[in-house]
Amino acid sequence: MTLTAERLDDHSGDVATPPTPAKNSERLPRSGWLSQHLGTAIVGFIVGYFVGHWLGNYIGSSYAYIANSGTNAIADTLGLALGVLGWFAGIGALNYPLAKLVGRSAPHDFKEVDDWSKYFRYTTDHKVVGKQYVVGVLLFLFTGGLLAMAIRTELLSPVTHVFGPGTYITIVSEHGTIMMMMATSIIVGPLGNYFVPLMIGSRRMAYPQIEAFSFWCFTAGYLVIFSALIYGGFPTGWTGYAPLQTQAGAGMVSYLLGFAVIGLGMMSAGFNLAATIINYRAPGMTWSRVPIFVWAILATSALLTLATPTLFAAGLFGLLDKTAQTAFYVTEHGGSSYLWQNLFWFFGHPEVYIMALPGFGLVAEIMPVFCRKPLFAYKVAAAGMVGVALLSFFVWQHHLFQSGINPDMRPLFMLTTELISIPTGFIYLVGMGTLYKAKIRFEIPMLFALALFFNFLIGGVTGVFLSDVPVDVTVHGGFFVLSHFHYTIMGGLLFAFMAGLYYWMPKMTGKMLNKRIGKWHFWTMFIFFNLTFFPMFIIGLLGQPRRVFEYAHNLQGLNDFSSISAFLLGGSFLIFVWNLLWSLWISPEKAPPNPWESLGLEWQTATPIPLHNFERIPVILTDPYHYSEEGAPDVADFGDQQLVSSSSTAAGDTSSSN
Amino acid sequence: MTMNSENNNKDPRHLRRILAIWLPLAAVGDLLFWFLVGPHVPPGDLTSTASSNQFDFNILFVIALPVMIGVWVFLGYSIRTWSAKRVGVAEPKGGSAARSNLRAQVWWITLTTVIVLFLAGFGTVELVIGNGSGGGEGPNPAWAPTGATAAELASATWSPTDNHVLPVQVIGQQWQFTYRYPTFGGFESSQLILPAGTDIEFNVTSLDVIHSFWAYQLSVKADANPGVNNIAYTKTTKTGNFTVRCSELCGIWHGAMYNYGKVVSKSAFESWATSTEAANAANTANLAPYAFTYTPDANGAAGGYYEDGTVTPYSTVEVYGAKQPAS
Repeated sequence: MTLTAERLDDHSGDVATPPTPAKNSERLPRSGWLSQHLGTAIVGFIVGYFVGHWLGNYIGSSYAYIANSGTNAIADTLGLALGVLGWFAGIGALNYPLAKLVGRSAPHDFKEVDDWSKYFRYTTDHKVVGKQYVVGVLLFLFTGGLLAMAIRTELLSPVTHVFGPGTYITIVSEHGTIMMMMATSIIVGPLGNYFVPLMIGSRRMAYPQIEAFSFWCFTAGYLVIFSALIYGGFPTGWTGYAPLQTQAGAGMVSYLLGFAVIGLGMMSAGFNLAATIINYRAPGMTWSRVPIFVWAILATSALLTLATPTLFAAGLFGLLDKTAQTAFYVTEHGGSSYLWQNLFWFFGHPEVYIMALPGFGLVAEIMPVFCRKPLFAYKVAAAGMVGVALLSFFVWQHHLFQSGINPDMRPLFMLTTELISIPTGFIYLVGMGTLYKAKIRFEIPMLFALALFFNFLIGGVTGVFLSDVPVDVTVHGGFFVLSHFHYTIMGGLLFAFMAGLYYWMPKMTGKMLNKRIGKWHFWTMFIFFNLTFFPMFIIGLLGQPRRVFEYAHNLQGLNDFSSISAFLLGGSFLIFVWNLLWSLWISPEKAPPNPWESLGLEWQTATPIPLHNFERIPVILTDPYHYSEEGAPDVADFGDQQLVSSSSTAAGDTSSSN
Repeated sequence: MTMNSENNNKDPRHLRRILAIWLPLAAVGDLLFWFLVGPHVPPGDLTSTASSNQFDFNILFVIALPVMIGVWVFLGYSIRTWSAKRVGVAEPKGGSAARSNLRAQVWWITLTTVIVLFLAGFGTVELVIGNGSGGGEGPNPAWAPTGATAAELASATWSPTDNHVLPVQVIGQQWQFTYRYPTFGGFESSQLILPAGTDIEFNVTSLDVIHSFWAYQLSVKADANPGVNNIAYTKTTKTGNFTVRCSELCGIWHGAMYNYGKVVSKSAFESWATSTEAANAANTANLAPYAFTYTPDANGAAGGYYEDGTVTPYSTVEVYGAKQPAS
């Protein structure tokens, strides 16, 4: 359908009007390579780094302990911090706030550069940011994945060392940190930013500048965490426990500052999405009509906004311990090693659901499309996500069951942890109810969605074992828990991300991802994921702790099996990359406007989507799940006499089965 | 799984079919697990906590397995029966009946809630009657065997006949565990030897970073924190060997931080302990007096542990900021 009606009026005043640029006073951004883009950001980072490093050395030169130790954490911290500042200045993130600060009209307020170079710029179009995020999270994912290959290479043998222990622990730490940073954003960043405004009938995000800021925080975080390799790595894993953190060298600064920068991006993305969802819904988009994916993003946004500040503060405390000789985490000077653990996991457990909820929402969103049935128990699904989000703040001490703090609280945290499996279980009720008496189309997104139900079941049920304090004595800190969270995050979130990418790529690029290659991708990923991680449950039960480079000889068979499967799992990602190359560049196939016959609002816009999404803000008439329903109401009124009719995709034939 | 099917006469009773597939699978699966696999589930039965850990794991497993089989059977049945490729598959029906079903929702939520509350209650009972189940309880344990209060242990002695709790201190440092026996003059050993049939109190502490003392076959795990006495209990039931591994990342040699221990008969333990006490007497005199925690020196490292001053604790060689022992 076309959306080219020359109607400029809005239905109501509370939605954004696309601003018409003032012809004379507007300072247009310079186009071409003279303006600000990724290149100037890199230059800014390098310049900022050297300025900060010099400043740090200047400050530190008068302290004996710095001169004696030969390392100067002040220089490392200031170097990276000013590097990040230079990155923001270089990309142009500071233009708008600085102009506003001095009372000038904002530069390039809405006027965007509209050629391919916009993908390398600080841009406020949520669709461009979404695509930038796709590339960003894939960069994180493939870096972390290569490190995982290195880990499995080392673990091929219980004694032979491919890497030295220092290199190995650096690889483990970088893998964990990069993957965790990636996983917080892998759905929220690309698909959340891109599709939430489309799904709620909005022309824009609530804070376009902050949306761009969150993406460039994310990329700056990549540079900062990667700089740890240049600094010689850090030995703490992604959990960064003090006092090992306090003891560690310069690479630790990259970890702490990297998490702080990423945290800034997570908070920005979170409250921007929450504000958008709450305030920018189209008229008629009541809470009972909001797509379930948007509910999931809203719950996730609440967690991002409320939990991440704890990580940010914890990281700053760590940096102060390293630079200003404070003692937040130093026991013998009045601090506490438990403080980091508490702060980290107070963030860290909501974080787990930051990584789970978008996956649930995405899968629940696409299942009705491929089942040709309404979403089952919509209200239960929404309540489950809100319930998970609330409960996730009350479970963090299950990470500290053997740490030696308040044993009498253990039954409580065991209870809350097990309670959270009730709202988590809602997603199974929803999924199974939607499958019941459906007519399932096994397209690639649906395969990935079904795989989530298979994988997450294993991941979720093993979580119950971990929540049981007596059993946790054996499974805590070993390969069992390692396998558990890979099953939830990789088996859940990453499979959901793939489902979303295959599902929405036609909308984002106008091109279909190849189904044949997609099937190869799915089946290799699904099979080798399970073959890689399932043996790790057994390895863990047989007594192998996490993050070790030596293990018992009798576990070599299982470890080798897992390693070889992991290499093949890596191969399945090559198939995925090949599919992207093939379908987007080598042999692109033009996508129909609505290839999956979805009723979702995002599919009713033109492809490519106009800059402001909807020529006219639609009026939402019902929720987008009226599949196979005779006489179903129209989804939305676009005001151009071309109503989107549910009955056009509803089933005509109602004959019963065999 | 108890979804209300609105059966008409032509429509097969899907939920009954699913139930009929699920029930035998779940029953056979549970029985096979309980009798064939269950007795061999780690960490075995060397101690009371290991046995109860194994028992808990098996209980959780026989509850979890039917749930998982149920979901898998449902998924498999759905994929097979309601595939669009299948000839003659009925067109789905939308509308309010497909959107929600109060009976199904209430059943599902009730069932999961009952299971979850049972598991939480079961876990709590096992935790409490198991004296903390081998997990580190911190300096003030909430659950302890009789005779294990601080006052009782302060004046404790141990002999093969008196049934007292045996206190053993575990000291973690980068990158090894050592053990002190306060009831035998506080000597320090790199070997962990324990008597069979005895309540053991592990006092776990660290000299530098956080380690985790994981005596795998004993089913004891307690973090070693600097400046903290983390207490964990178990009761050995028979003789045997066990592995001790560090279970919390503690720096580059974390992967190599393990050793082996033994549970021996009470009399063998007593003779080992008394002879080691005598043989180590000169060394013990140079050790810091037995204490629950040891204060590191001004370098932030545990140099103060060596009182004689002849040991140069640390060199200036830095790897990740950790200074290596000079020797």
